[in-house]
Amino acid sequence: MDLSSYMAVPLGLIMAPFLLGVINRTKALFAGRNGSPLLQAYFDIWKLLKKDAVYSRTTTWIFRLAPAVCLASVVAAMMLVPVAGAAPLAFKGDLVFFAYCLGLMRFFTVAAALDTGSSFEGMGASREVTFSMLAEPALLIGLAALSRLAGSFSLSGMFGSLSTSYWLSAGPAIALVAFAILAVFLAENSRIPVDDPNTHLELTMIHEVMILDYSGPDLGIVLYAAALKLWVLGALIVNIFVASAGVMGMAGVAVFLCGMIILSIIVGIIESVMARLSLLKVPQLLVGAGAMAVLAIILVMRFVK
Amino acid sequence: MNLLLLAFIILIAGAVLCVVSGRFPRFLRVAGPAVTVAGCCAGLIPSINSLAFGEKISFQMPWQIPVGSFSIAMDPLSAFFAGAILAVSALSAVFGASYLKRYEGVRNLGIHWFFFNLLVASMLMVAVAQNAVLFLLAWEVMSLSSFFLVIFESEKAQVQRAGWIYLVATHIGTAFLLVMFLILGRENGSLNFECFTLNGGSDAISSVVFLLAVVGFGTKAGFMPFHVWLPEAHPAAPSHVSALMSGVMIKTGIYGLLRTLSFLSASPPSWWGWVILIIGAVSGICGVLFALAQHDFKRLLAYHSVENIGIIAMGLGLGLLGISYGNPVIAFLGFAGGLIHVVNHAVFKSLLFLSAGSVLHATGTREIDHLGGLLKKMPYTGIAFLVGSVAICGLPPLNGFVSEFLIYSGSFEGIVTKDMPAGLAAGGVITVASLALIGGLALACFTKAFGIIFLGEPRSGHCDHAHEGGMAMRIPMLILVAACFVMGLWGPVIFRVMARVVGVVAASVPLSQADVVGVASYWIILGRVTVISVLLILAIGLVAFFRNWLMLRKRQDVAVTWDCGYLAPNARMQYTASSFAHPITRLFRTFLRTTSRVSSPAGLFPKSASFSSETGDFYGDRVYKPTFKVLEAWLSRFRQIQHGRLNLYIMYIVLALVVLFIWKLR
Repeated sequence: MDLSSYMAVPLGLIMAPFLLGVINRTKALFAGRNGSPLLQAYFDIWKLLKKDAVYSRTTTWIFRLAPAVCLASVVAAMMLVPVAGAAPLAFKGDLVFFAYCLGLMRFFTVAAALDTGSSFEGMGASREVTFSMLAEPALLIGLAALSRLAGSFSLSGMFGSLSTSYWLSAGPAIALVAFAILAVFLAENSRIPVDDPNTHLELTMIHEVMILDYSGPDLGIVLYAAALKLWVLGALIVNIFVASAGVMGMAGVAVFLCGMIILSIIVGIIESVMARLSLLKVPQLLVGAGAMAVLAIILVMRFVK
Repeated sequence: MNLLLLAFIILIAGAVLCVVSGRFPRFLRVAGPAVTVAGCCAGLIPSINSLAFGEKISFQMPWQIPVGSFSIAMDPLSAFFAGAILAVSALSAVFGASYLKRYEGVRNLGIHWFFFNLLVASMLMVAVAQNAVLFLLAWEVMSLSSFFLVIFESEKAQVQRAGWIYLVATHIGTAFLLVMFLILGRENGSLNFECFTLNGGSDAISSVVFLLAVVGFGTKAGFMPFHVWLPEAHPAAPSHVSALMSGVMIKTGIYGLLRTLSFLSASPPSWWGWVILIIGAVSGICGVLFALAQHDFKRLLAYHSVENIGIIAMGLGLGLLGISYGNPVIAFLGFAGGLIHVVNHAVFKSLLFLSAGSVLHATGTREIDHLGGLLKKMPYTGIAFLVGSVAICGLPPLNGFVSEFLIYSGSFEGIVTKDMPAGLAAGGVITVASLALIGGLALACFTKAFGIIFLGEPRSGHCDHAHEGGMAMRIPMLILVAACFVMGLWGPVIFRVMARVVGVVAASVPLSQADVVGVASYWIILGRVTVISVLLILAIGLVAFFRNWLMLRKRQDVAVTWDCGYLAPNARMQYTASSFAHPITRLFRTFLRTTSRVSSPAGLFPKSASFSSETGDFYGDRVYKPTFKVLEAWLSRFRQIQHGRLNLYIMYIVLALVVLFIWKLR
């Protein structure tokens, strides 16, 4: 075994906050600003870990436990996502475990938000469960379409057997799936057009409002877990494109990393050129993503033998 | 076998003991649950034996009843259900001892414990009966004793109504079963289960039997649209009875359906699988949607039983599709997933109902929107409800995930296997889509229930005097919490057992060598699930430890929740269960048809304003009510021959006898 097959988790743990820097730098370029340093997210997390904390007197141990559960479950999900064709752990059906780990993370984020008793945070929690309820079928059906195409339903096996020839025979279906997962990725990570991570008006936010009462090391852990979630869901999209190139080894890791950076730039561009959707329109976007995933699986089942 | 008979003797003799000692509540407090626990322990040993070694024990006794025979047997399928029934019954009984304390001297608890023990005995009998007459007898005793348990607080109009709906629904279901067993008996010339086989019979008769079983057993299990009694009866019953009914009694419907399937032909037509799968998807999605719209937490849990029965049915439907299309791996995964979900649901649903009972006991209200902040006052109940909530959402590392994982795996097997008929792939896609949607909705529903009841600030005076119940209430909950964790990690162990249980249902499926390998590979896969679940738990511990270590040397201040600078926040301003669920209920408003009554503030100095909303049952209000109205109008014509005079009735009897006599002579 060469070194690259052990890279999946360490690479994610180290590089995930970097993506936030890339996104913000892209947005700054579009806005004609210099922007914050690329490593700003690392500075923020480090600073927060050193700070004291303030807790609401309404909160209980759920509020203090939630960051740990969020971080642990997103790391568990990360263990299943392949980088350059290799994941630390792979088994048939691991994509279900992947999706449900993110579900566990969501459960505790929402519970912690409700623990504060604030109606703003309740509002964010309510939106979070609504949108993710619509995003979950889109994600799983999209992955089902890919697994039908590749003939395997573990994440590693699925991306491992996607090759360029599939793009020729089922290009539209793969593109549809990629688009559906991109919509899920934007929604789950609270990016524009679903949520605006930079807004400071509590009434309009989703993820940022749920973590409004966190401070100090807890906030640091929450931010880090959110960065990791961006990484793991982004890795699904990047794998669709990168895995079919079939580059293995350290070169594969490098290609994958480039893919992640390109994805971040795309996210930055989307955030710069689009406005946030009205909250009532978001379900339409997500149901649309689900419809694309269903269309993809129909295409795959009908036309690809 | 002796132990199984001993279990029946203990339960029935104990039930009689309870009814005669009704005037000694302090004695009953110990004796009632003690009888249940003793009977359940005696019964658990043979069921574990049968599951562990796959042996089948049977027993027969001469019986006076024509065409009936007292024959009981315990094969792995029976043992699987019996085990769940007995374990949950024992824990519910212990909980009940403490829960009923406040009714001592007010009500005759002897009668309650009589019916409770009778219900346990009859459920056990349903699981092991091997003769249709005995089965129906046990089924009827089960229905009636649970009816009497439901109407415990019989002076309340709501409880009476619930009891009435339950009684009618369960008997309509039994009517279908009666016809089903008559057909089976006529075709086979005997009412013993071992003679039942329709292999030689025509497809039409098999299909009729199948449909009768789906309606008859589906009414007990709570398949939508036969579920209307569940959201009425479960909230009305005392909580330990709700736990028993929702946790295990409705599963006897699943058992009956599986037992009937084992009688029917070796190669079922594919539409059978589709019927069950679609019923499962509809029950699952609609069950959780209606649950989301409820404000009464016991009603919410009752609708979740419909949802979980739907998940179980999807597993069974997938299994049937696997048999029909000749793919044993999918058949195995579907049936195994559905069956494991039976036990998992028994564990976490009884846990949720017991903790709901504890909340009800402490606060006296079932309205979610009146509660809040209970985690601080009732830490054990809070943890129990949290663990139950995470488990019922199917999240790792708890037990709900294992069964849903197997059903997902069966669906994905159907999707990826390219040389299979398209039906399997289509079934797989429907199952995956429904399970994903149900998962998302269940998460919304249980974050709502847990978050609003246990977190935040108390929303009304109901919470002021809330306190944890006695040890007898805590211990059963903690045992079930432990079970949720253990069963989340024992995937490979239970998988071995399932081979025996599924073997009874799908005895006709030939497992070729390749399929045996295909099925066995899931043993390793479940092992990996266990490994990563353990890693997940360790990671949570590690991060929590790291966080606490960081916090050791830091100042921790306490302040109010960030309130946007508003000066006088109060507990009434918190998000409520209704507002939390509103975005989703709004999306599905055409189906849910929530009605709300608003009296908005008026004038310059408004004095009062109010808002209330209610979501009735779609089928209950729009299907059954009109149907029963029409039926009643039509049947009331026959009232003319009902005069209430005894001599007229005697005349009817004589006339009927004469007519029969003449008909026979003809």
